[in-house]
Amino acid sequence: MDECTDHTLKLCSNSTLIKLMIVVKDVKKRFGEEEILKGISTTFEKGKTNLIIGQSGSGKSVLLKCLLGLFTPEEGRIYYEDKAIQDMNDDQQRELREEIGMLFQGGALFDSMTIEENVMFPLRMFTNQSKSERMERVYNVLERVNLEDSGKKYPAEISGGMQKRVSIARAIVNKPKYLFCDEPNSGLDPKTATVIDNLIQEITHEFNITTVVVTHDMNSVMEIGEQINFLKNGLLVWKGTNDEIFRTDNKDVTDFVYSSDLFKKIRKVQLES
Amino acid sequence: MKYLRDIGSYFLMIKKVFGSFTKGSVLRELIFKEIDDLIIGSLGIVAFISFFVGGVIALQTAINLDNPLIPKSIIGFATRQSIILEFAPTFISIIMAGKVGSFITSSIGSMRVTEQIDALEVMGINSLNYLVFPKIVAMMFYPLVIALAMFLGISGGFIAGVYGGFTSATDFAIGLQDSFEPFHLVYAFLKTFVFAFIIATVPSWQGYYMKGGALEVGKASTNSFVWTSVLIILSNYVVTQLLLS
Repeated sequence: MDECTDHTLKLCSNSTLIKLMIVVKDVKKRFGEEEILKGISTTFEKGKTNLIIGQSGSGKSVLLKCLLGLFTPEEGRIYYEDKAIQDMNDDQQRELREEIGMLFQGGALFDSMTIEENVMFPLRMFTNQSKSERMERVYNVLERVNLEDSGKKYPAEISGGMQKRVSIARAIVNKPKYLFCDEPNSGLDPKTATVIDNLIQEITHEFNITTVVVTHDMNSVMEIGEQINFLKNGLLVWKGTNDEIFRTDNKDVTDFVYSSDLFKKIRKVQLES
Repeated sequence: MKYLRDIGSYFLMIKKVFGSFTKGSVLRELIFKEIDDLIIGSLGIVAFISFFVGGVIALQTAINLDNPLIPKSIIGFATRQSIILEFAPTFISIIMAGKVGSFITSSIGSMRVTEQIDALEVMGINSLNYLVFPKIVAMMFYPLVIALAMFLGISGGFIAGVYGGFTSATDFAIGLQDSFEPFHLVYAFLKTFVFAFIIATVPSWQGYYMKGGALEVGKASTNSFVWTSVLIILSNYVVTQLLLS
């Protein structure tokens, strides 16, 4: 942060205050003797798609689970708005989680429920809406992800890409303030992956929510990376936008970004031009 | 050391199961679903096994009655005692540890593998209460299954004994009523409640805390059956010692 008045305000270069929804301060996490996160400090801004990228084993998923409160860091603090997750009691953490939507790597849909019931699940658990109100909301979000005709099917009866879209629908049905996505494109073909990426970004802007996406997919970085956090060996080694990542001289980042032939060629063309 | 840690983890799980309850209307639905899966779904196999094992007990007793001085009513007596005291509560519980226990472990284990439990936790739901509590409540109806097993076991014994030509209906009925201790029924149903709790919670613990993939779900189901059976046998001994000795 350039300058902090409280934990969630950033004074930008043009002197406008930006509301930061999630602030991570010097978070360390270890499993046994192995230190996975070695003091990560970063911020995730509201209304933007914030990416956490890095190689396998860099600590991305551990950081995500710390953000979600599924792992407790040994040191450091994670602030949601102005309240540290470590200071919240069980009830406060539960209230916070009701404001969180999560897209899991495998979709994590409840396979004993239909698509309709899966999407309705958070509404049944946390609201006192009537069945007709819930149904209306469910079909609104299913329509938003273009799956309004699949409500009566079971997760096993639809494709992986459709499952991801249902998972997004379930994540946003209760109008969350935060959306977390763990490897949203894993196992998807490039075209479907782009659809999911675009959907995540559109939803982020449409509902003005704070979205955090963990990925190592460079296409996602190019498509939706409005704020990118690059992790290596448990440290945040670079932060910037998807435009800046192609111009940086940071060797760790360039090694990662240009590891594939396709991106090497893009780099070559960029340098030549 | 590992066993101590596992025992501690089991009791911590039990504590969490009864903390921060799921919304009442959802919980009610889950309980009905579990009653259907765990209790109603087991009636067929329990009825089948009880009827034929009851018949076998009557036949074995009859075949081994060589001494003409021993009355034929002993067939009914032996069938009743074997079924009420041990076969229905204990033997059926071991079978349920295999059928229901494996189902519980594999269903919760699969949810763990496919991140469905993480999804519940991220939503702010006490996943242990959501998943395990309805199973415990459903298994409290388990004594009804055992009552059915007792009835069908004795019926099987009656049919095998009487229609097999080993004893008369009157002798069998006399044997059934001979030296009947109502407390034996109380003892049988009391231990059935203990077994029901074990069958609901031990497989849940195995499934909930498993790590790995599909192969580990299979291993957890096997472990679940082994440990549930061991605990049923041990608790059977303890309850018998406490109530009958």
